[in-house]
Amino acid sequence: MFVFRLDPNSGVPPYLQLVQQVRQAILLGFLQPGDRLPLIREVVESLAINPNTVAKAYRQLEHETLVAGRPGQGTFVTHTPTATVSPATYTSLRRGLQSWLHRAYAAGLDEQAINGLFSTVHHEAKVEDVA
Amino acid sequence: MTTVMADLAVRTEGLDKRYGRTWALHDCTLTLPSGRVAALVGPNGAGKTTLLRLLVGLLAPTRGSVEVFGQSPTTNTATVLSRIGYLAQEHPLYRRFSVADLLRFGRACNLRFDSGLARRRLDSLGIPLDRKAGALSSGQQAQVALALALAKRPELLVLDEPLASLDPLARREFLQTLMGAVADDGVTVVFSSHVIGELERVCDHLVVLNHGRIALSGDIETLLADHRLLVGPRTTNNLDHTPSVIEATHAERHTTMLVRDGGAPPAPGWQPYPVSLEELILGYLRHPAAHDTGHAAEHSEAAA
Repeated sequence: MFVFRLDPNSGVPPYLQLVQQVRQAILLGFLQPGDRLPLIREVVESLAINPNTVAKAYRQLEHETLVAGRPGQGTFVTHTPTATVSPATYTSLRRGLQSWLHRAYAAGLDEQAINGLFSTVHHEAKVEDVA
Repeated sequence: MTTVMADLAVRTEGLDKRYGRTWALHDCTLTLPSGRVAALVGPNGAGKTTLLRLLVGLLAPTRGSVEVFGQSPTTNTATVLSRIGYLAQEHPLYRRFSVADLLRFGRACNLRFDSGLARRRLDSLGIPLDRKAGALSSGQQAQVALALALAKRPELLVLDEPLASLDPLARREFLQTLMGAVADDGVTVVFSSHVIGELERVCDHLVVLNHGRIALSGDIETLLADHRLLVGPRTTNNLDHTPSVIEATHAERHTTMLVRDGGAPPAPGWQPYPVSLEELILGYLRHPAAHDTGHAAEHSEAAA
């Protein structure tokens, strides 16, 4: 059974932390189509979290069509990612981005400039892929 | 309109409470939709206990009104009180009663009391029914008091500083039981707390009380989306008169402001950052007059 965590100091809203954990687990293949997510009651019990927060996270995941609720049975993963990423690749991509960010901050860019640069380059890369 | 009214667990209007010459609460107007878990925060002496006692009918307002599920808790006592559970500070129990005695006592005193539910809760926590309440740890006493309050199957549960005397583990277990009850029965919860760090995981509604006035109240997510920190070049303008600025702190060359601007684009040169729940609460507690038009002087007894 999938286990959620909650970091009260991350600054990320609790419902979003739950959503991100499921997204990441699907990408990494830790959650596969047909797997059942814990019942809201089970998440509430293990994390001492507001049930409305868990319900909101599950609604968001349903909205993104990553999972689907089956009445009386629970919430199941439905999404098959086009490509899963191995945990090793994921970690190395993450490290690469971290070191790039350190360089960008060291060069004096602020958050706004970094986000601006990222979306520009990302947009260009997508255009090149299509072409 | 009727549905809106029925969906409110709590509604207060211009609520005042005075003890002798001291105003404990002044002009408190707030609403709490049912099904919410609301945190009531504020420093000692802010009026938190007074507000909670007004909600459960243990105090009558000096002026203004309180409604719980559309009814006054001081005039329609029997009907309203059967729908409210209340846990006073330090979760007091009759220390010489055994847990089983307390359950019998609870059933005798209440119109509605589910002893079986309380027994199952206490069993699952490994709390022996034959033990005297005074011999239990403070975490277990809190759990017994909560189980008694939940056995009423209340629609509104009011808790005064339930976490204050508990160690981190007991606090977590208490919140697990409480959130479980919210998941099972959809009970509306109002609790006062000093522990700001734990609030975001359990609460979806916030009421900040300071010097007897409501400084801030509403849905937590909406409040966080409405407020931001803006950082920019040091400004010498008098920001205290700008209504959207809650708090401004000045360093040598830059100024940081907590603003309620609803996410509008900031002036050029100002960098927006999201605000955490803790920063938001502390900002309002440090600057209690920032939100209103500032008539603190009317606290005086001039009218009396």
